[in-house]
Amino acid sequence: MSGEPREMTITVDGAPVRVREGATLLEALRAHGVDTPTLCFLENLTPVNACRVCVVELQGARTLVPSCSRKAEEGMVVSTDSERVRHARKLVFELLGSSVDLSNAGPEVARWSARYGADPARFGAPAPAASEGSRDHRHAGHHAAPDPAVAQTVAQPVKVDNDLFVRDYSRCILCYKCVEACGGDAQNTFAITVAGRGFDARISTEFAAPLTDSACVFCGNCIGVCPTGALVFKSEFDLREAGNWREQDQTVTRTVCTYCGVGCNLELHVQDNTIVKVTSPLDHDVTSGHLCIKGRFGFEFVQVRERE
Amino acid sequence: MDIHLSGAQATPAERAAIDALLGRPTSRWRGGDREHAADSRYAHGGQSARARRHLLLPALHAVQDAVGHVTRGAVDYIAQRLTVPPADVYGVASFYALFEMHESPPTVAHVCDDVGCLARGAGELIASLERTCGPAGSPCADGRATWKRSPCLGLCERAPAALMRRAGEGRTDATLAPATAGMVHDELHGTSAPTRVMDSVPQRGESGLRLLSRVGVVDPTSLHDYLSHGGYAALAHAFLLGPEGVVKEVTESKLMGRGGAAFPTGVKWGAVLRASALPHHVVCNADESEPGTFKDRVLMEEDPFAVIEALTVAGFATGATMGWIYIRGEYPEAHDRLAHAIAVTRREGLLGDNVMGRVGFSFDIELRKGAGAYICGEETALFNSIEGYRGEPRNKPPFPVSEGLFRLPTAINNVETLANVLEILKGGSEEYLKLGLDSSRGTKLFCVAGNVTTPGLYELPFGATLRELLALAGGIEGGRALQAVLLGGAAGSFVTAEDLDVPLTFEGTRAIGASLGSGVVLVFDDRVDMRAIVRRIARFFRDESCGQCVPCRVGTQRQEEALGRLCAGASRAGRDEALLLIDDLDRAMRDASICGLGHTAAVAVQSAIRKLNLFAVEAP
Ligand SMILES: Cc1cc2nc3c(=O)[nH]c(=O)nc-3n(C[C@H](O)[C@H](O)[C@H](O)COP(=O)(O)O)c2cc1C
Ligand code: SF4
Ligand code: SF4
Ligand code: SF4
Ligand code: FES
Ligand code: FES
Repeated sequence: MSGEPREMTITVDGAPVRVREGATLLEALRAHGVDTPTLCFLENLTPVNACRVCVVELQGARTLVPSCSRKAEEGMVVSTDSERVRHARKLVFELLGSSVDLSNAGPEVARWSARYGADPARFGAPAPAASEGSRDHRHAGHHAAPDPAVAQTVAQPVKVDNDLFVRDYSRCILCYKCVEACGGDAQNTFAITVAGRGFDARISTEFAAPLTDSACVFCGNCIGVCPTGALVFKSEFDLREAGNWREQDQTVTRTVCTYCGVGCNLELHVQDNTIVKVTSPLDHDVTSGHLCIKGRFGFEFVQVRERE
Repeated sequence: MDIHLSGAQATPAERAAIDALLGRPTSRWRGGDREHAADSRYAHGGQSARARRHLLLPALHAVQDAVGHVTRGAVDYIAQRLTVPPADVYGVASFYALFEMHESPPTVAHVCDDVGCLARGAGELIASLERTCGPAGSPCADGRATWKRSPCLGLCERAPAALMRRAGEGRTDATLAPATAGMVHDELHGTSAPTRVMDSVPQRGESGLRLLSRVGVVDPTSLHDYLSHGGYAALAHAFLLGPEGVVKEVTESKLMGRGGAAFPTGVKWGAVLRASALPHHVVCNADESEPGTFKDRVLMEEDPFAVIEALTVAGFATGATMGWIYIRGEYPEAHDRLAHAIAVTRREGLLGDNVMGRVGFSFDIELRKGAGAYICGEETALFNSIEGYRGEPRNKPPFPVSEGLFRLPTAINNVETLANVLEILKGGSEEYLKLGLDSSRGTKLFCVAGNVTTPGLYELPFGATLRELLALAGGIEGGRALQAVLLGGAAGSFVTAEDLDVPLTFEGTRAIGASLGSGVVLVFDDRVDMRAIVRRIARFFRDESCGQCVPCRVGTQRQEEALGRLCAGASRAGRDEALLLIDDLDRAMRDASICGLGHTAAVAVQSAIRKLNLFAVEAP
């Protein structure tokens, strides 16, 4: 084994790009400055390549390949903006946009959707939301024929079963990130999983039990990785409900958690002099973005001014 | 990892069922082991118990069979015994259609409403069942039974078909085909219906058959009978050739996989034989859930020892020590035949250490049962299913030959592919190459069903035309006109009378934009409502998508909706819009899905639109 990582050359949209051995195509694209949409990919999680929005055209491959997980190989020729790539990405944004509420998914998703000309409305008006809990118990396999006049969605009532965070699965794109963060990639708690199958697949605890009856330890690491706002701090959720969530007025203060000696970096998001949520930088070498319940949620005492 | 349990208790019946599989817990520690009998000193909660995660699917079957559904208590108990988090157990269980996650009657009739049965009266059967037993899913027989709709049960030659499942002690599952509403009703009410015996293999006993030569000739429960009909001659010859020699022979025979993807078997085996990671695995893919397909079922029911021998040859050729047969959960008779054959061959030294006296060749076979998921026929989904995970396909590369079952080098083959290997070894590749056309060599099994006079499994050399095959099956029933043939199953495409002279080879079908797939030849006469057939296919993909990737998870849903609008009689603009959507979905699913299910989810729909001109605008 030699110490120096070997480099190789691939071709991206006609230009030669040097990448280190073992790098993914996505790393190569990013290093080369190609803006590539991703939804299910996160640096600190194992790629699940499920959303398919990062696909690129690889010469010689029958289908498009997911850049987030495909390893670069010497001599690969890749197109990132071919008609096939644009079509597939457009459809992914349309399919998600027509079935999931992406309104809190951030500016990038909106920008990418616009870039590829996604028009989710062309699948029809959204079907009425599912009643409380009904999506949680759909059986795998046979289903009744849908009303073809409307587009089925994942819309359903918000799950509020604890004081710390809420689960708004109408916004869930099923990117698997929360499951990975809760499981083997970070927290090792395995409180949540993907249940069901196909369009009825959903994130769930066992038998859709409330989080408070599950293995959940309320570390909030699932919130930290959720790309669409399906998992949010209760504080953020309440402010949004009240129409008073103002990201532009918030400050972010970086500090070190005071609860124990591990030294986790915290980012305190403050609005109107009140902490509204806590994150940790993905690239922080202690946390990789992950915290425990104390660092994540134990900020209430800071803002209690009076003692009765 | 800490296992958090809900506090729900498994009933004694549930515990007994799980313990019968896993062994009684020998310590008070969670995960007490079935292999280490006397253990009271250390916890098996760690690595060793987790290494038994592959027992998760069998454990869920045990509970479902015992009580008819999977309860919280049972999930907790399985979680505890295998050190798998309860959420994961639930995620896996809820993936499969044959596991009931809510209280459910012990007797369930799964009534096929898929394309082959629709062509032969399933619609009327179901309508009549709705009148006598209420709508699907509603309790009948004083709450002790219910019926449900099912995708293809692999009994299409005897359509319409039903599968009876019964939970509880002394339980048996049984197939009912051909079924009538009266028979299903009687079964639901506990009086067993008389079965009509029908031949699935019209060519039975004819000379010139190869893959079907023993069908109906040997007693499928008798190893002795199998041996006296040339059984284990192929393995003996394989021992003479050595692993490299077998791989060479199979490669030279140009044998191509019969599971649908037509990959050269010799190439696959050679790659596994050479792979450095150990141990190697071989897997027999007996999931057979492609609508219209029943060939593997017939082979397993009628010639089970051949499947065991062939998988043993595969194990020898690839340097594997372990073989697995993954059979769909809807095949109770085939399952029992295989289980019996495995037990007998093991007893007779044809499995285990030093197979058939060959010193140094140890090989054994595990039989695993699916639970109602077409996607688990996809090879990497099948691996996940055996390993105790959700049956979600993996991204490729890496390919199974380097990272397959348990991330080890694995050769996976279809039942029919394996059956061919016996022929190749017994007769030699040169002899084998004499049959067939182009690079499609040997013979092929065709699942002929629908509106033909004599539906059944037929064996013909590659190259026979569709016309010849249909003639063999007695032509269209009642001399009616042919409307369409579905070639290759739900993942295949429709052809019409103008294509009858297509040679049935991989190349020939490709040349007309169709595919041979798994050998489905499903015939529709002029009475069949093809719109209903196409909608059923769209529904099939929507029901069977694993849900992992966006193009297929949402795309199959949108395809079904768009097709629904077309069938409802959209305006011209609406029609054009829906057709455009289906086109767009097709391209995205084909290009950007993870696996073959998504890649082919629009193929049959598209061919119906184009070839059958189903949604033409009426002339003004
Ligand atoms: C959705 C899907 C379902 C499949 N189902 C089956 C099946 O039931 N049986 C089978 O042998 N192959 C099936 N396959 C093909 C397998 O992935 C694999 O190619 C095959 O088992 C290889 O064996 P062969 O080379 O002998 O054909 C399926 C593939 C896909 C994409
Ligand atoms: S808060 Fe932590 S333990 Fe609870 S579900 Fe989220 S990641 Fe899992
Ligand atoms: S809840 Fe969020 S992180 Fe989890 S799958 Fe849905 S979108 Fe992804
Ligand atoms: S294509 Fe469909 S079945 Fe295959 S992985 Fe994607 S969602 Fe699952
Ligand atoms: S980001 Fe690559 S598939 Fe989702
Ligand atoms: S058994 Fe009904 S279609 Fe195959």
